Amino acid sequence: MSFHATAGGESRTVILCGATSAVAVALGRRLAVRRWRLHLLGRDVGRLEALAADLRVRGAAAVSCSPFDAADIAGIPAAFATAAAMLTPLDGVIVCHGLQPDEDGRLPSPDELRQSIDVNFTSVAILLSLAAERLAGRRGAFLAAVSSVAGERGRQSNFCYGSAKAGLSAWLSGLRNRLQRGGIRVLTIKPGIIDSPMTAGLAVGPKALIAAPDAVAADIERALLRGRDVLYTPWFWRPIMAVIRAIPEPVFKRLRL
Amino acid sequence: MIARQQRLSGWGGVPVESCRVARIASRGPVVEMITTATPADRLIGRGLGRAYGDSALPADGVVADCTGLDRFIAFDSASGLVTCEAGVSFADIIAVFLPRGWFVPTTPGTKFVTVGGAIAADVHGKNHHRVGSFGNFVEWIDLLIADGSIVRCSRHAEPELFFATLGGMGLTGLVLAAAFRLVKVETASLRVRYRKTPDLAATLAAFDAGDAGCQHSVAWIDSLAGGAALGRSVVMQGNPATLAEVPSRGDPLRLAVPWSKAIPFTPPLSLLSPLAVKAFNAAFYGLHADNEKIVNIESFFYPLDAVRHWNRLYGPRGFVQYQAFFPRAESAAGLPRLLEAVVQSGAASFLAVLKSCGAADGGLLSYLEPGHTLALDIPYHPRSVPDLCRRLDRILLDHGGRLYLAKDSLMSAATFRAMYPRMDEFLAVKRRVDPEGRFVSAQARRVGLAS
Repeated sequence: MSFHATAGGESRTVILCGATSAVAVALGRRLAVRRWRLHLLGRDVGRLEALAADLRVRGAAAVSCSPFDAADIAGIPAAFATAAAMLTPLDGVIVCHGLQPDEDGRLPSPDELRQSIDVNFTSVAILLSLAAERLAGRRGAFLAAVSSVAGERGRQSNFCYGSAKAGLSAWLSGLRNRLQRGGIRVLTIKPGIIDSPMTAGLAVGPKALIAAPDAVAADIERALLRGRDVLYTPWFWRPIMAVIRAIPEPVFKRLRL
Repeated sequence: MIARQQRLSGWGGVPVESCRVARIASRGPVVEMITTATPADRLIGRGLGRAYGDSALPADGVVADCTGLDRFIAFDSASGLVTCEAGVSFADIIAVFLPRGWFVPTTPGTKFVTVGGAIAADVHGKNHHRVGSFGNFVEWIDLLIADGSIVRCSRHAEPELFFATLGGMGLTGLVLAAAFRLVKVETASLRVRYRKTPDLAATLAAFDAGDAGCQHSVAWIDSLAGGAALGRSVVMQGNPATLAEVPSRGDPLRLAVPWSKAIPFTPPLSLLSPLAVKAFNAAFYGLHADNEKIVNIESFFYPLDAVRHWNRLYGPRGFVQYQAFFPRAESAAGLPRLLEAVVQSGAASFLAVLKSCGAADGGLLSYLEPGHTLALDIPYHPRSVPDLCRRLDRILLDHGGRLYLAKDSLMSAATFRAMYPRMDEFLAVKRRVDPEGRFVSAQARRVGLAS
């Protein structure tokens, strides 16, 4: 955690979606210390309001919140319009929500599959499309979304989740390409395993690979301020995933990853 | 509510127990846990695990890990009143408020304690002789009690429950949130006077002479020096530094957190051997000169926070901290007996800290009164240390002293009863709000506070 209340840089106005996720809470606290203005989106309004009060005490210049359900695809335009009306002019949108189904040793049911794609891909793509329209002409604005290293290659243990994140990573790459000329930055965030309620109870992996939410948030904060394109967090996932991508498919299909 | 199996201990590393741990992040699930559980499901709250012994270990029940209750709720910049959830740490509070010119009103020797823990242990700091314990700054507490209701208690509403909860070691219920006052500071520094004293009498005299004129006062004692040098110390007395007293370059409210070092694993044996500690103590005493310095809050209050997991230095056996209080009239007679008993035992104490204490605090189980308190780290050995502590307990009882629950892991029920005269008042309140004894720790069961 930073020990400076008024860190350098100007205050910016941002929508934080999936605001009660562990990484978003840690990131929101870092942005509050920078005196940014924040609008929080999430499912549970009670928890959003508690977080909004916390961020105000921690120094955020203004915090508002409204409900957002990523599984309710039809409701996304209205939810975004409400949020965007609260904060003008808007400088950026950061999307942190996600859904990791427990798919250990079985194929997902049709409902689980659809829900995973809705929450992890479709809702994010729609939200960022709406945001890109809203931000058109605002050079220096940014969009960011939490994808996952799980999207780098489909593995037998979590490809229902991974394939939706793969779609998201590809979509963000295309969006970045499209918005480049307008001066709007797009950050793809690829965390590894995070110690959070979303991964509680899942058999996730060796302890040394599990990152604290605030460590991931610190990396995201730095990447946002530096205008980076793709962030692997913690850093060691970049070489790990390079190796995993390089394994020939005839070998890969026999592995139990 | 998912309870995970986890091996836990207090900061001293002894005892270690395999516990069921439930992570609490909001009020709803924990209220549900209390109302749906059977009376046999016992619970004890836990924060950052800085109590040294078994205060936050379960008595065959669940540990409620409250560190997820980490939200601030409100701050009044006119009065300094901050409202937050119980799992917010002093480190969080300092990070948020020191840059705005506010500091915690009193602090233990680490900032890695939660507000809930600070209330449960009614913690004190180096300014106890002036302001008393943390509880004096608490306006109200939101307490989840055994019937599943949340009671806001204060000096005016439910005062009995309030004073049972201050220092009540989490046995009246689970602290969910609290409001307390911060104090204004001009800088993140203190002006500290260091003075070497040749023996115990001189150390106590230095407190008597200097305490009235300083906010913060503490002595580091060379616990291995015996004979004529028994109780030789470096006495440190300081006041908050004003803006004019600190160098003009840089941010005067910046906490100077040193580069974080960590002990990465527990070494197979203690690195704090008697010889090593003796050498350290001699150097510490020898190198300190009598002088006055401007010192950052971080290095004055939290020197050990610079090394994360420093407790691992004691090796796999761990250590106990023996914190003894003597009433003012008994200090001059009791302290030398206690120090001599430790010197004779050969148990090296790396950390030995003496401070003077002011007026008694309000909690029914609060620890301090006018007098002196001496904290000693003793490397644990199952054959010798329990016996040594029993000998020390007898000395303490001879002089009307008492032990601090937040440090204790060995005290017997009979000793506890003799040391805490308001125990029955406390138990009367506990039986009213927790008739089935749902909130119980391993320590509570040992010292007779279970029901």
